[in-house]
Amino acid sequence: MADERNRPMRGPGRGHGLGMPAEKPKNFSRAAKRLGKRLAPYRFSIIAVILFALGGTVFSILGPKILGNATTTIFEGITGRLRGGSGIDFTRVASILLTLLVLYLTSSLLMFSQGYIMSTITQRIAKNLRKEIADKIHRMPMTSFDNTSHGEILSRVTNDIDTLGQNLNQGLIQILTAFATMVGVLVMMLSISWLMTVVTLVILPLSMLFISRVVKASQKHFIAQQRSLGEINGQVEEVFGGHVVVKAFCAEQKMTETFDSTNEKLYESAWKSQFLSGLMMPVMHGLGDLGYVAIALLGGALAIRNTISVGDIQAFIQYIRNFTQPIAQVAQVTNMLQSTAAAAERVFEFLDGTEELEESVSCTLGRMKGEVSFSHVHFGYDKEHPVIKDFTAKVEPGMKVAIVGPTGAGKTTMVKLLMRFYEIDEGSIFIDGLDIGTLSRTDLRSHFAMVLQDAWLFNGTIRDNIRYGRLDATDEEVEEAAKAAHIDHFIHTLPDGYDMVVNEESSNISQGQRQLVTIARAILANPSLLILDEATSSVDTRTEVLIQEAMDRLMVGRTSFIIAHRLSTIRNADLILVMDNGDIVEQGTHKSLLEKGGFYADLHMAQFERFDVMPV
Amino acid sequence: MVLKYLKRSTGSILLVVILLVVKVVADLTLPLFTSNIVDVGIQQGGIVSTVPTVMSTQLMDKILSRLDGDDAPVVTGSYGTEGNSYFLQIEDDRLEDILTVPLATIGMGVPAESLPDDIVRQAAIATIRADHELLGMDIGKIQNRYIMRTGLMMIGISFMGVLSSILVAFFASRVAALLGKRLRSDLFHTVVSFSQDEMDSFSTASLVTRSTNDIQQIQQSFVMILRVVVFAPLMALGGLFRVLRTNGSMAWTIALAVLAIFTVVITMFALAMPKFKRLQVLVDTVNRVVRETLIGIQVIRAFNTQGHEKKRFGKANDELTATTLFVNRAMSAMMPIMMLIMNLTAVLIVWQGAQHIQTGSMQVGDMMAFIQYAMLIIMSFIMITMLTIMLPRASVSAGRIREVLETPLSIVDPENPVRFSAPIRGKVVFRDVGFTYRGATEEAVSGISFTAEAGATTAIIGSTGSGKSTILNLIPRFHDVTTGSIEIDGIDIRKLALDELRRIIGLVPQQGRLFSGTVASNIAFSDETLAEEKMVDVATIAQAHRFIMDKTDGYQSQVSQGGQNVSGGQRQRIAIARALASKPKILLFDDSFSALDYRTEHLVRNKLKQHLTATTVIIVAQRISSILQADKILVVDEGRLVGQGTHASLMETCEVYRQIARSQLSQEEMDHYGG
Repeated sequence: MADERNRPMRGPGRGHGLGMPAEKPKNFSRAAKRLGKRLAPYRFSIIAVILFALGGTVFSILGPKILGNATTTIFEGITGRLRGGSGIDFTRVASILLTLLVLYLTSSLLMFSQGYIMSTITQRIAKNLRKEIADKIHRMPMTSFDNTSHGEILSRVTNDIDTLGQNLNQGLIQILTAFATMVGVLVMMLSISWLMTVVTLVILPLSMLFISRVVKASQKHFIAQQRSLGEINGQVEEVFGGHVVVKAFCAEQKMTETFDSTNEKLYESAWKSQFLSGLMMPVMHGLGDLGYVAIALLGGALAIRNTISVGDIQAFIQYIRNFTQPIAQVAQVTNMLQSTAAAAERVFEFLDGTEELEESVSCTLGRMKGEVSFSHVHFGYDKEHPVIKDFTAKVEPGMKVAIVGPTGAGKTTMVKLLMRFYEIDEGSIFIDGLDIGTLSRTDLRSHFAMVLQDAWLFNGTIRDNIRYGRLDATDEEVEEAAKAAHIDHFIHTLPDGYDMVVNEESSNISQGQRQLVTIARAILANPSLLILDEATSSVDTRTEVLIQEAMDRLMVGRTSFIIAHRLSTIRNADLILVMDNGDIVEQGTHKSLLEKGGFYADLHMAQFERFDVMPV
Repeated sequence: MVLKYLKRSTGSILLVVILLVVKVVADLTLPLFTSNIVDVGIQQGGIVSTVPTVMSTQLMDKILSRLDGDDAPVVTGSYGTEGNSYFLQIEDDRLEDILTVPLATIGMGVPAESLPDDIVRQAAIATIRADHELLGMDIGKIQNRYIMRTGLMMIGISFMGVLSSILVAFFASRVAALLGKRLRSDLFHTVVSFSQDEMDSFSTASLVTRSTNDIQQIQQSFVMILRVVVFAPLMALGGLFRVLRTNGSMAWTIALAVLAIFTVVITMFALAMPKFKRLQVLVDTVNRVVRETLIGIQVIRAFNTQGHEKKRFGKANDELTATTLFVNRAMSAMMPIMMLIMNLTAVLIVWQGAQHIQTGSMQVGDMMAFIQYAMLIIMSFIMITMLTIMLPRASVSAGRIREVLETPLSIVDPENPVRFSAPIRGKVVFRDVGFTYRGATEEAVSGISFTAEAGATTAIIGSTGSGKSTILNLIPRFHDVTTGSIEIDGIDIRKLALDELRRIIGLVPQQGRLFSGTVASNIAFSDETLAEEKMVDVATIAQAHRFIMDKTDGYQSQVSQGGQNVSGGQRQRIAIARALASKPKILLFDDSFSALDYRTEHLVRNKLKQHLTATTVIIVAQRISSILQADKILVVDEGRLVGQGTHASLMETCEVYRQIARSQLSQEEMDHYGG
């Protein structure tokens, strides 16, 4: 149900609001360094980008000054005319304006090239990071998946890398141009009038002080808002998810009251944070206006004394506007840098995660008999809590091994050890006399096929899903396998037959049919060793019979390990491994175990309620 | 729909609009003052009018000599003499027309009638200035005073502008947050009053998104709407008005710029929008491929198909990168082009302005103001185009919320509810009940008739999708029957108030859903005053007391949201205790035992049997072992009742039941229970 929520939002409207607290990285400089390494291969492009950005900024800064010259020329012309001059010098005005035209065109061209190159670089980096994460998934040991939720990994592939890409793209250039603009504007202002510049600079500490105050104040409310939002999300999810329960116990009133009080809290923090961050723009603007007035006044006074030209006042006014803007930008940049570093950190942390043990391949399996033996196997998901202690058993080729036990007993652990999803701590497992530790995982696994209870299908055609068992199988072979799994007939009743696309949730075919498709997949793989997880409950009676038959057929002539729920399977098994609390507590045949009267006998009796009648 | 919610904030919204108008006026007035500083303060030396407040006798004489008989008395009548100066005493509207041309002619030495108005004005002012100097007046002081006064007014106006934006921020954020709060609250109330039918027509996940993300989206967009959608057009209009007043003949430059901006934006959209939409699809694809890999990691490793998966991901990744690259590159062209348009407009204005100034139809300050107005107008249009990106998303969200709010409730209390007469026995009778899910063409269940006797246990069995749970859900009116009727103690349940009905029913749903709080608050869910010993009693029956006591805080142990920190089996047992704690007359188990292992299930059922002698129990089950000993078993297949009776009788009469039994029980067991 979290699907829709985890979906990353794309497009406009994402960025950080002013004053919104950014996520802080654990080690900023480390993350920055590693990110720097990613950028290193593009250093020549980046130097070009920096030059373009600086060039674009410088040109756009020169603009107002030159435009001011044009105004001054006009002004002098017209005032001169009153004193009998010839009027405006149009050749001069035209040449100034032409210069400007060229300047502005070049500036825009430089800015565009810079953006073009930078987005190319960042997208390449983002693409590589995504690829590395996806590849990494295949090298991670199974244990890592127990500790990391899918949502977490997904959010790194999409959200984190997206943040990284966007911020690198805009952020780097923004910082650069903001500083360049500030310095450039300052120089230009000084060149016009040092006095006016000093007056303007008074605004700087004023705005800095104001920004830091507002950021601090709004952060408190942003955090409160985030908390209330989380709380309300939780409540909504809980109540909507448990709708039936709320209704059945007439708890509507109670739930509504809780919700209303959280909603009130959210409202308070929402408008306060919104207001405070919304304050930034008008007040900065107001401070800009103040400077504007000061300059108009001062400029006017200076112009009277002929120490400044009218065009320069016009230019100066434009510079002030350009000067306050980057101040606000720089305030945002720290936030942006932090969230970039935090995102990078999460991505790198994932990429640094432990990987499966290096393989020391010394043997290969040839044609296989299918003999499996466990010798003093010890294993624990973590070292302190061993779940399998000194397990020894021998399985002859073609034997059927049933693994039974209550829910959560760790029945799948044995299977996972066998396929080397996990590495055993002590002892060894042999297949045809070869220690599986000496085989490559690929080699080992190529002799297994697996049918799990929650049948995994991907978003693709039925044909491709069956073919997954052996990617080079022909269409005929796929259909043969489907026939053997009793699913061929069903597939033909589907809208597009074998080419019907299984949807994302695999909800357009039933659970039982999904299971049959995975059986067909296993048949196609034609393995020597088989691992089956019997369906428990969610299949209707008729399909269950089909699945049973298909599984029985599949097991013929193969060494099979079955996580068993059906009595018929258990009774026909050559070896039963009884598990409880992650430990193998008993092993033997159905008969011998019943005679023993231990855990298995208890379990068996409880299941069928014959405490009173069962002979011991 | 949103409008309805805003009605209550009409006052604040009006205030916001008024404040925005103030802001626009303030913003637009400022350039006017700069223009005045340049034109009047600097160029005219602080002399505002061509009607001098004071002039020398010599000047007066010169003027009078150039006036004809009608005008001269007007001038002499307005000025009074004192020493060798004339002072303006009576302001007369005709004075300006009378004085300007003579003053200009005096200054330039040639007749000024044929010259452009503006030049004449400037010349007249120059004459006045020269005369002032002649009188020994401090020209610098006049100039400074004028500039200071203008400056103070500018400060006042800019302060007004800032104040109104602060107030706008205040009211806008409050109105938007209030809108969010009200929508959220109404949405929540609506969903809580939904019946199962309505819940089914939306998915839970989508309802959650609607009441969180979508509302957040609207709330944020609304602040923008208030502050930009209202502001930008006002600004554009006001700016245009000012421009036309300053110099209408140059307005075409702004029109050209706006046209250029629209052309660029429309071209961009036409190019990038389809890719933009595709982007979301591609992100989803990448997400899906990774999700599939993660879920299927065991299968992937078992079949050694890592290479295949990498290829699949590579393809999705390549497509995503290519599309993002296109969109980003297009977007990176946007800003430089906009800047270029703005800058070129300024250049154009200066060039055109120079011509106008030369002919005297415009002053330099006017031109400077014109540039600033042009920038304000163009910026407003840029803002408006940016909004067109944002608004569609908000309107989609609004539509999604409206959909929920406007869903009609299918199950409501009757107008004159009947009450149970004490004592309530809890006998449930189904009379030829049929039920069709909303929008379905076929009945989910049909022709269901049976009686669940008071105090007896009735079980319902059948394969998945056969309609077992549907039958159960009809009893607490999660759905209403489509045909037939259900009676409890002889009363049609549709005649009862929902509260009255549900208070006598205890339900243990398929998934043991818990709520955040403590174990105790979950058990006492329907009755907060539940006594402690009673709580221990029900927990003991549900086989939950032991594991609850094993927890560090016992009954006060925290339960996290949805009960995630409690295992499935434990959750289910707490859910059973919760149902028991409501002292129900009718207890419903919806396949509630599947999360329990056989041994625990057995113990729970034994305990229930001992303690619930006066309670009607209805159990839906998948496992035949759960119901072997029920007083009555109903067998459901494809929505129809195909058999009812005890295990033994069904084994003889019912083929479907025999099939189920055969697949789940061994021969010995069947022998034991008969069949």
